[in-house]
Amino acid sequence: MIPFDFEYYRPESVTEAVKTYEILATQDKKVLFYSGGTEFITFSRLNQLDAEAIIDLKGIPDCHQLELQGEHLVIGAAVSLNKITESQLFPLLGQTVRKVADHTSRNKITIGGNILSRFIYREGVLPLLLTEAKVKLAGSSGERVVPLKVVFDKQMNISPEQFLIHIQVPKAFLNLPFVSIKKTRMSKVGYPIVSIAALVKDKKIRAALSGVCEYPFRSPDIEAALNDTSLSKEEKIDKALGQLPEAIIDDLQASRDYREFLLKNTLLETIEALEATQT
Amino acid sequence: MITNGTGKTVVRLHVNGEASDVMICSADTLLQTLREQLGLTGAKRACENGDCGACTVLINGEPMHSCLCLTIETINQPITTIESLRDSAIQQKFIEKWAIQCGFCTPGFILNCQALLNKHPDADDETIEEWLQSNLCRCTGYQEIKEAVKSLLPKGSAS
Ligand SMILES: Cc1cc2nc3c(=O)[nH]c(=O)nc-3n(C[C@H](O)[C@H](O)[C@H](O)COP(=O)(O)OP(=O)(O)OC[C@H]3O[C@@H](n4cnc5c(N)ncnc54)[C@H](O)[C@@H]3O)c2cc1C
Ligand code: FES
Ligand code: FES
Repeated sequence: MIPFDFEYYRPESVTEAVKTYEILATQDKKVLFYSGGTEFITFSRLNQLDAEAIIDLKGIPDCHQLELQGEHLVIGAAVSLNKITESQLFPLLGQTVRKVADHTSRNKITIGGNILSRFIYREGVLPLLLTEAKVKLAGSSGERVVPLKVVFDKQMNISPEQFLIHIQVPKAFLNLPFVSIKKTRMSKVGYPIVSIAALVKDKKIRAALSGVCEYPFRSPDIEAALNDTSLSKEEKIDKALGQLPEAIIDDLQASRDYREFLLKNTLLETIEALEATQT
Repeated sequence: MITNGTGKTVVRLHVNGEASDVMICSADTLLQTLREQLGLTGAKRACENGDCGACTVLINGEPMHSCLCLTIETINQPITTIESLRDSAIQQKFIEKWAIQCGFCTPGFILNCQALLNKHPDADDETIEEWLQSNLCRCTGYQEIKEAVKSLLPKGSAS
């Protein structure tokens, strides 16, 4: 049971959502945008989050788009993870989000909620970090399209009055050779100890990781190591491990040593699988 | 725009083909409303965290954890609970195949299996596995549950 009550708004357009936020903000209310709502509900139930009003973005058609438009695939923030997988429009993203939570949860979890999640994993962002994706944001100062990498550093850095309308992925990235590997503690369903999304673009590996450090990341230094043709596979991996942006997580799910061991294996699997696509 | 302030409001839900008026707060989950307002106690309260599947219902034909849905989100959407699957083929198969032990997880499993059969009448083993991972059974009757689903696939068993 959620231990506090709140106002609920389900606007039908971006403009209505922005206006609703502005009105509520003038009343000094603590307002939260949401799309799937699963994280809002679970955190609220545990009293780890509170809001006086929520704006549910599921009623906005722009947040439900999932289609090719010109040179981009447009993915609305409120599109469920299962819809992305079923569409097969961007197989790397489809396969990556297919490993998030379980099938029933993925009917409700949205891509917007996943990449704006308070959890450290945000696995849905991994393929997007590899693809020069852009995001369309809305807020009091209007709508704007910005490269994902400008607003995503460890997490999405947008202000509380802004929300994500959709993501744009250039068509050129949709069908490149890829791998998506996730290692969990025990069963297939679970938070990642290591999760990797990788692809080959212009004969170079691009890779992004989750579960290893306290946030998902893509690192140019790690990619430089993985693409260093003067090194053996094992040397590439050792060099890549020396380029991690921070210490590997050490927690109840997995010790630092075990995570490092799994990361090494996962990188080896990744290199081998991607090499196989190039022959 | 659908809006709801704080405090109680009457809203109309569409559950098992019938329109039902319920009195809710924005904070009420669908699981709470089904059990406490409509007396539909087939959806079970267990983890309330999306982990176990005991609270599964179908919304627009898709399996959803009713503990992770606000009631207010489900206005204007058809909701199916286990109570509407009385004497269904899937219920009979669960009985025939002994896919039940204590029965606590059974409503959630049956609804998930029904949605799977509707959406993928040609489901292969991988699809069945993927869908059934959403439900936990503490009595571990998984094999029998898989057999119940497979026996309703047109070919009798998945590849
Ligand atoms: C059973 C279960 C297992 C899980 N396993 C995994 C896993 O393996 N890997 C993983 O990465 N994650 C996992 N998660 C976490 C899940 O991906 C996140 O909790 C995600 O946020 C849920 O998506 P949602 O759409 O329901 O989020 P919501 O509750 O809608 O929102 C989450 C957060 O994002 C904000 N937000 C949502 N949409 C927008 C928007 N359009 N614009 C601005 N802000 C927005 C909300 O304010 C909120 O703070 C799991 C969750 C569950 C319930
Ligand atoms: S009670 Fe809803 S998933 Fe466990
Ligand atoms: S039959 Fe007892 S929990 Fe499944």
